Amino acid sequence: MIETPEPDLREQAQRAGSLSMTGSVATRVLGVVAIAAVGVMALLALWISPADAVQGDAVRLMYVHVPSIWVAYGGFVLTAFASARVLWRTRSGVGGTYGVIADRQARRWDRVAGAAAELGVLFTALTLVTGSLWGKVTWGTYWQWDARLTTTVLLFVTYLGYLALRRLPAESRARARRSAVMALIAVVNLPIVHYSVDWWRTLHQEASLNLEPGGDRNITGEMYWTLLYSWATFTVVALWIGIHRYRVLRLEELAEEASLEELLAQRRDEQAAGR
Amino acid sequence: MGAAVAFEGVVALLDRFPALAGADLSVQAGEMVCLRGPNGAGKSTLLRACAGLVPVRGERAEVLGFDLKAQRRSVRPHVGLLGHRSPLYGDLRVDDQLRHCADVHRAGVPEVSAAIERFALGGRLGEVAIRRLSEGQQRRVALACLTIARPRLWLLDEPHAGLDTVSRDALDELLADAVEAGATVMFATHETDRSRVAAARQVMLAGGRVEPTAPVSQTNGPTDVA
Amino acid sequence: MWREIWLVCRKDMIIEWRARVTLVQIVPTVLLVLVVFAFALDANPSLLGAGAGGLFWVAVLFGAVLGAKRSFDIEAEGGNLDALRLGGLVPAAILWGKAAALALQLVLVGVFAAAGLLVLYSVTVHDWLLIVVAGLCGMAAFAICGTLYGAMTVGLRSADTLLPLLLIPVAAPVLLAGTRAFDVALGTSADQGWSWTALLAVVLVTYVAVGWAAAGPLLEDA
Repeated sequence: MIETPEPDLREQAQRAGSLSMTGSVATRVLGVVAIAAVGVMALLALWISPADAVQGDAVRLMYVHVPSIWVAYGGFVLTAFASARVLWRTRSGVGGTYGVIADRQARRWDRVAGAAAELGVLFTALTLVTGSLWGKVTWGTYWQWDARLTTTVLLFVTYLGYLALRRLPAESRARARRSAVMALIAVVNLPIVHYSVDWWRTLHQEASLNLEPGGDRNITGEMYWTLLYSWATFTVVALWIGIHRYRVLRLEELAEEASLEELLAQRRDEQAAGR
Repeated sequence: MGAAVAFEGVVALLDRFPALAGADLSVQAGEMVCLRGPNGAGKSTLLRACAGLVPVRGERAEVLGFDLKAQRRSVRPHVGLLGHRSPLYGDLRVDDQLRHCADVHRAGVPEVSAAIERFALGGRLGEVAIRRLSEGQQRRVALACLTIARPRLWLLDEPHAGLDTVSRDALDELLADAVEAGATVMFATHETDRSRVAAARQVMLAGGRVEPTAPVSQTNGPTDVA
Repeated sequence: MWREIWLVCRKDMIIEWRARVTLVQIVPTVLLVLVVFAFALDANPSLLGAGAGGLFWVAVLFGAVLGAKRSFDIEAEGGNLDALRLGGLVPAAILWGKAAALALQLVLVGVFAAAGLLVLYSVTVHDWLLIVVAGLCGMAAFAICGTLYGAMTVGLRSADTLLPLLLIPVAAPVLLAGTRAFDVALGTSADQGWSWTALLAVVLVTYVAVGWAAAGPLLEDA
């Protein structure tokens, strides 16, 4: 069927076209700041800060390792908070104007949960990689069944599953609710995992590892400031990526909504064709 | 009596596909409605939407006085749905399944015996696993469960398909009895035997919408069945 | 409420009684896992004896994944879950009824796996009470977890492959605590077996609380 598209459809297509960018002035500024900050951080971490007396240059891994787990935990906490909001918003069937508003807010929080979990998984992976590299240098082995590492890898796999669950095609509200429940279970389970693994290792290890990456050793001077600075840098970078991911998820939903009108029109054409 | 179903511009999305694309339908309580239309017209989705199992949007979507947009769940206990597939546990025996239905719907022994008699499920058949039954026999068990549930709104998706003549008669009788007792019945069918569906108001569906037809009174008059 | 839980549980138990999937398929699979571990460890009696507690729980965890899958397969078949919803059953009743039935089946699996341990790995039990209490707590925790995640993935495409990925990390604490408790009961470790069992009980209570909260959002719509 060759037909000129209806004006409102064309308008929507144009609107969708103009929305195909996820950048805005604010995020561009944020992006420039983030990139510049990473550059400065490389300078600080690789040249200006001193090597460690015991660990040598390996200590420089700390400036990536410690901030990434901080960002990862922040992402998971945000996922849990947003998921609680999703469930709170859809706790009962609500109709009318209030229902529409609640639905919109639930969708917004669902996107926040999704974007934050992606960040969390990404930075957990970064933590694990830098951690095992650091382990190879200081302990001579990539992996130790250390409590913190074990907990982190379980956390990683749990949220990998969460993202897999989100990817399955389903009605958007049902999916939002289902993944929100899973995110909350994961958070409730986290202290249990941590506690049991901790107990398991402390009971079975003769000597606990004091060389633990980012452990409780006192860090002072330039190393301290560099760590603090990398922590701030990672937060900015994560915010930047997170905002873009949020907007991509929003665009996906908008594209779905826009295609809905088209699908409805097509569906109605079936009726005309059938007659 | 009021309206059993009041739909205005109802849209239902199944995994982003608009199975209902703005359906308007009004069914009075105590009415019998026959849904017709080509495959994929949206008949099954309309029935599932009436049962409160599909999220809907649109201007108005009410079933038995419940607003489906706000409280989809509240309508469910008052509705009986028989879908394409019979909702039965294949590993259960017929008598297990009927007992389970009776317990869920708080029905007593008389209702169960009546249902068994109506669909000839007594005797040896009661001890057979549902998986071993033929399609038509399974359909009869599902219909018996529906009878036990005594819903106010009956929703049936091709209930005649796969049934033998005796069972078809039993089904028609069952639906007539249900309407007589004040329930509302909606069924989708490709049945061509006019006598079986003549008692029902014909509603045509196509492309996820209800075809606009001249209002047909409830006088069982000849309507377009083709 | 209790009546509805009982209805759902009884229905699942009758299905198991008629079809015997747990007894004829899941139990042999779990025993097979125990045999295969012996291959992996070169049938070394001292290794098998030392790892018996852990191998038991790993085998039972596989059984729990299969059981959870099966428990919701029967509901997805022919739209039975819709029928339960139309019957006006409370979501929590569906969840707890199915969890109770799964727990009973897992206890059955556990009994067979424990017998397998005694026969195949020739372990000696020093503390039967610890085995029974820790075993029951662990099976119940697996059952609740399995039911929650089964409900989460019911009717979804590729749910079969997703379920283990979701279930195993969450069940890790149960695996860990159960293993430690069993090691003590089997005399291969001088740990505090009852403390680990207490941890299992805490996990169980937590899952019960989570289940109460999650039943509604998970099961009232689909």
